[in-house]
Amino acid sequence: MSEAISRLKKDYLFNLALKGQREDGRGFDEVRDLIVETNVIDKAEGSAKVLLGDTQVLVGIKLQVGSPFADSADKGVIITSMELNPIASPNFEAGPPREKAIEMARVVDRGIRESGAIDLNKLCITEGEEVWIVFIDVHVLNDSGNLLDAASLGAIAALMTATIPGEREGRGGDVKLPIREMPVSLSFVDIGGELVIDATNNEESVSDLRLTIVTNQDGSICAMQKSGPGTLSEENFLRSVEKSREIGAQIRGEYLLNI
Amino acid sequence: MSDKPEKFIDENGLRLDGRRVDEIRPMTVEMGVLSRADGSCYLEWGNNKVLAAVYGPRELHPRRLQRPSEALVRYRYNMAAFSVEDRIRPGPSRRSTEISKVSGEAFEPVVMKQFYPGAVIDVFAEVLQADAGTRTAAINAATLALVDAGIPMKGLVASCAVGKVDGQLVLDLNKPEDNYGDADLPIAMTEDGEITLLQMDGNLTADEIAKGIEMVRKGCEQIFAIQKEALLSKFGTADEEEILKEAELQAEVATSEDESEDVEVISETVSEAEIQAEDDELEAEDEDEDIELQDEAEAFTDDEVGDASDEAEDLFGEDVSEFEITENAESEDDSSSEPEGAESDEDEGEKNE
Repeated sequence: MSEAISRLKKDYLFNLALKGQREDGRGFDEVRDLIVETNVIDKAEGSAKVLLGDTQVLVGIKLQVGSPFADSADKGVIITSMELNPIASPNFEAGPPREKAIEMARVVDRGIRESGAIDLNKLCITEGEEVWIVFIDVHVLNDSGNLLDAASLGAIAALMTATIPGEREGRGGDVKLPIREMPVSLSFVDIGGELVIDATNNEESVSDLRLTIVTNQDGSICAMQKSGPGTLSEENFLRSVEKSREIGAQIRGEYLLNI
Repeated sequence: MSDKPEKFIDENGLRLDGRRVDEIRPMTVEMGVLSRADGSCYLEWGNNKVLAAVYGPRELHPRRLQRPSEALVRYRYNMAAFSVEDRIRPGPSRRSTEISKVSGEAFEPVVMKQFYPGAVIDVFAEVLQADAGTRTAAINAATLALVDAGIPMKGLVASCAVGKVDGQLVLDLNKPEDNYGDADLPIAMTEDGEITLLQMDGNLTADEIAKGIEMVRKGCEQIFAIQKEALLSKFGTADEEEILKEAELQAEVATSEDESEDVEVISETVSEAEIQAEDDELEAEDEDEDIELQDEAEAFTDDEVGDASDEAEDLFGEDVSEFEITENAESEDDSSSEPEGAESDEDEGEKNE
């Protein structure tokens, strides 16, 4: 069931946007307060908790030995899952992931995979037979908007703290998971023609378009996704690309480089 | 295992399939190919073969998915098991679920949903043979199937990808470029250039993205031309030449009936007048339509936008029951060798194409 947001609320948010304002007083390009805690779950090979405003996401990394895909026999495997747990919002229902959750998980996955963050060649144990499978599990605890960016940031932070459990699995000693890139995902939603970054759940519920852009350390872009039934102008799109590069670099510097 | 070609672009600037970097693959379309569907289109693009069909507007079940003020556009992208090199398991996958979602959203801005409250417009896109760029091919076919079904639309949608190989941007990736290239950026847009679908994976700089969009724009212009030609050949009213021919025929008939020259002259004059009248009528119709469209567009602005997105959320929260069942069944009896039966999010489908 979706939260029924009143027409008044909608008008309120759209009118605020017209005046260049947002419900929580932020600017259009301002990200909420962000806290990234790592190593919060001892049992996981790597973990991170991300607090993005009131949004809370926990990401755990588990590694297992398994067989590689036929077309990449010498590479490790990444499997990303995300569940919109009913604990996190009155709008979520229990059950297997649906369209929305699958899309988000795949965009998180795309950012990690396409940036080359994990050196998958180093996860091969025996070519064609055994490789390490990296499970990235996103556990959503509180949806106060922009789960996607919180999950993406949690995923890379957790991966950066992860260890390959060689000893436990009888495959040599424990070594750090080989990480070589730090992708940062930033999402914008359209509020009355203005693209605002890091939307709250209220803003998301009145918007018909979300644009997610994932950037690398060198400022290149490794993944993008437009979601929702709205349309996007080229001008807004290219401006968002620039903003995501700029703000992505800030977030990387502040929250990832020190992990 | 790497069949990666050493070079994607030769010294003459030609790609492996002989195209220039800004050239799309040859595309052929045929509309109205399925008798049971309300609209359909078969499209070949390079070696891609896709079939799109539209059913509806029709009643939507279960009823809780119905939207009180507009129709639901439901899009299902599906690949045939035999469409790729290595057989893929039939039924929805995580990849096809995502593609279905974003492709459906690519049509929402152009379909005039407000005419059919409570109804559903089902778009089915079947990939029969895949050779890179199936989601874009499916969208191009689906546009024509929607028109074929008589669904009122504000305009057409065309889709095309741009990617990067050998450090150069290339339009409409072929299979090796898709498999081993450095980036893939599929885009769909309306005739006035608004982006309705945008995804990307790989690695591109901001400048390359800006340049890529322009290339896609040119590609889409060519696709719009192909789509319009198909529409004209199926639905286009008699053109001027045909009308003239008709007039000549009539004149001949008249002449043979009465040999008198006077009558011939008169009949010629009459047919000319008829042509003029018919032209005027056509123009008038066009104008009427324009006005209607404008009115509609104005009536459904701001206020409706928010409603729609609320409902969209409702829908995306719930509109999966059928698919979920299949998905469950799939993971339960999963006997493939894939680790834990879990599906990798790597674009396996595309990769195997």
